[in-house]
Amino acid sequence: MQVYLPIAETSVNAFTLLGVGGGVGMLSGMFGVGGGFLITPLLFFIGVPPAVAVATGVNQVVASSISGVLAHLKRKTVDLQMGSVLLIGGLVGSLIGIWFFNLMSALGQIDLIVQLSYVIFLGIIGGLMLQESLRALRRANNPAANKRKLHQHTWVHNLPFKMKFRTSGLYISIFPPLLVGMGVGILAAIMGVGGGFILVPAMIYLLGMPTKVVIGTSLFQVTFVAAFTTMMHAVTNQSVDVMLAAFLIIGGVVGAQIGTRVGLKLRAEQLRILLSLLVLAVCGKIAFDLLWTPSEIYSVTVPGRF
Amino acid sequence: MRSFAIFMVVLLNVLPLRSEEVIAGLSQNSVSLTVNFEGSEILIFGAVRRETAVPEDSELDVIIAIEGPPQPVVVWRKERRAAIWVNTQSQDIRAAPSFYAVATTRGLADILSQDADLTYRISPQLAIFEARGAGDASARATFTEALIRVRTAEGLYQQHEGLVDMQRETLFSTRLTLPKNIVEGRYTARVFLVREGQVIDEFETFIDVQKAVLERWLTNLAFEQPFLYGVLALALALFFGWGASALFRLLQA
Repeated sequence: MQVYLPIAETSVNAFTLLGVGGGVGMLSGMFGVGGGFLITPLLFFIGVPPAVAVATGVNQVVASSISGVLAHLKRKTVDLQMGSVLLIGGLVGSLIGIWFFNLMSALGQIDLIVQLSYVIFLGIIGGLMLQESLRALRRANNPAANKRKLHQHTWVHNLPFKMKFRTSGLYISIFPPLLVGMGVGILAAIMGVGGGFILVPAMIYLLGMPTKVVIGTSLFQVTFVAAFTTMMHAVTNQSVDVMLAAFLIIGGVVGAQIGTRVGLKLRAEQLRILLSLLVLAVCGKIAFDLLWTPSEIYSVTVPGRF
Repeated sequence: MRSFAIFMVVLLNVLPLRSEEVIAGLSQNSVSLTVNFEGSEILIFGAVRRETAVPEDSELDVIIAIEGPPQPVVVWRKERRAAIWVNTQSQDIRAAPSFYAVATTRGLADILSQDADLTYRISPQLAIFEARGAGDASARATFTEALIRVRTAEGLYQQHEGLVDMQRETLFSTRLTLPKNIVEGRYTARVFLVREGQVIDEFETFIDVQKAVLERWLTNLAFEQPFLYGVLALALALFFGWGASALFRLLQA
C-alpha cells in the first residue's frame, strides 16, 4: 500500500514507513536512545528528499521524547535549572542551524552537508558505542578492572559566570552548558536529530552532572529544542510533512513500547554491539554514496521544491 | 456576390489541407492525488475524420504529447573534490515541463520534419527553454540533455516510439502512465496528425492534476499558514507520543 506525502510530493510504501518507525522505535525503547539519527538517514534511503527527512525527523523526535520527559518530571529527576540553560543554548543553536540549513539549500549543497554530518557523527557514535560495549563486555568477564572516577575537575570548572545548579549539586560557569546546548541545537536543525547522543556524554563527562538527572534533563532539553526546530523548519522552508510524521510516529510509539519490554529481558551488552554495528553500517552506506563515482553526475533541483 | 466568390475560393484552397481532421478523447480529464496515489494510467484514443477517400500516396501518422506545467529548474553537475562528489557547476533552465511524454506510431525523426518539430515543439529538447546568455551553447545543451536523462530515469519524461496503435488509418489509441511523483497543475494533451513530415491537424485537451481534499488542505496550510501547520505537526507528535504511553500504561494496569 502506497501513501502519498503531500509535502514531499511523492508516494512511499506505508508499511516501509511503519517498519522504519517501528524498528527504530524498538531500538529506542531498548537502549533509551532517541533514534532520530537512524530515522532520518533511513528516510533518505527510501527516497524521501533530505530536507523533508530532516524536518520531519525532528518532528518525530518530539513524539518519541515527550512521554519520557513527563515521566522524569514526575519522578523529579530533571535539573530544571540546568535544563533551562541548556535549552537557551539549544534555541540559539537551532536558529543558527536553521539559518545555515536554508543558506545551504539556496546554494544547492544541503544534501551534501546533511550527508557529511551524518557520516561524521554516525561514525563517531558508532565507533564509541562499539568500543564502549566491547569494553563493558570485557569488564563483565573481568570484574576486577578499574572503574572511572565519578567526578573530575577539568578546565570547565575554572571559567567565569559561575552559577549554582542545586539539583545537580554543581557550581560551574554557565558557558559550557550554553555551548553544549547550542551545539545540540545546531545538530537538531541540520540533521533532524534530538542530539541526546551528544548531550548525554557531554553532561556526564564535560559538565560532571550526576547520572540520575542526566537522562531526564537531556530529554527536557531535547523535547523543547526539537519542538522549536520543527516550528522553525515549518515556518522558514515548509519541509515538515505531517503525513510522513504520522506514520513514523505511530510506528515509533508502538515500537518503543515493545522495545522497552523486550529490552528488560535481554542482555544489553550484545545488543549494544549490534546497535553500534547498525549505526556504522548506515554511516558506511552514506559514506559510500559520497565516495563512489555516481552513475549519474547530474542532478535536477526545482527552486522552492525539495 | 463578390465576397461569396472570395469565400468559395478560400474554402476550395483550404479544404484539401483540412481534408483529414483528428478527434480525440482521454479516459480521464482529471487526476486526484489521493492518499494512496501510486501513479495513473491514461488512455488516449481518437479517430481521423475525413470526407474523401484515404489518400494512398503517403502514410498517416499520429503523435501524442502530454506536457505537465513548466517550472524553472537548476541542473547540477557533480565533480570529485577531496575524494567526495560535490555539486560544482549549475545551469539554470528558465522553464522545463515537469512532465513530458511523447507517443508516436513510428520513430519521431522518421515522421516529423525538423521545421514542424520546431513550430510545434514536440521533441522534449524543444519543450525545454534554456536561460539565455549564460555559458556557451554546447555546454547548455549538455545540461539540457542531462535534464532529459535524469527526468527520464525518474519516469517524468517518456518517449514511446511506435506505442500509438493505429487501425485502418482511422482509429488510434495509446496508454500513458503519469508516475507517482508528478506535480499538480494543468497538463496539456496534444494530438497531431502527420503526413509527409507536416502536421495536418492538431487537437488539444487538458488533464487537471490536483491533490485530494486532505492533501490539498495540508499543502495550503503548510504554505499559507506555516505557523498553524507547525502547531498541527507538534500537536500530532505530542498527542501520539504521550497518548501511546498512556494507552500502554492503561493496558498494563
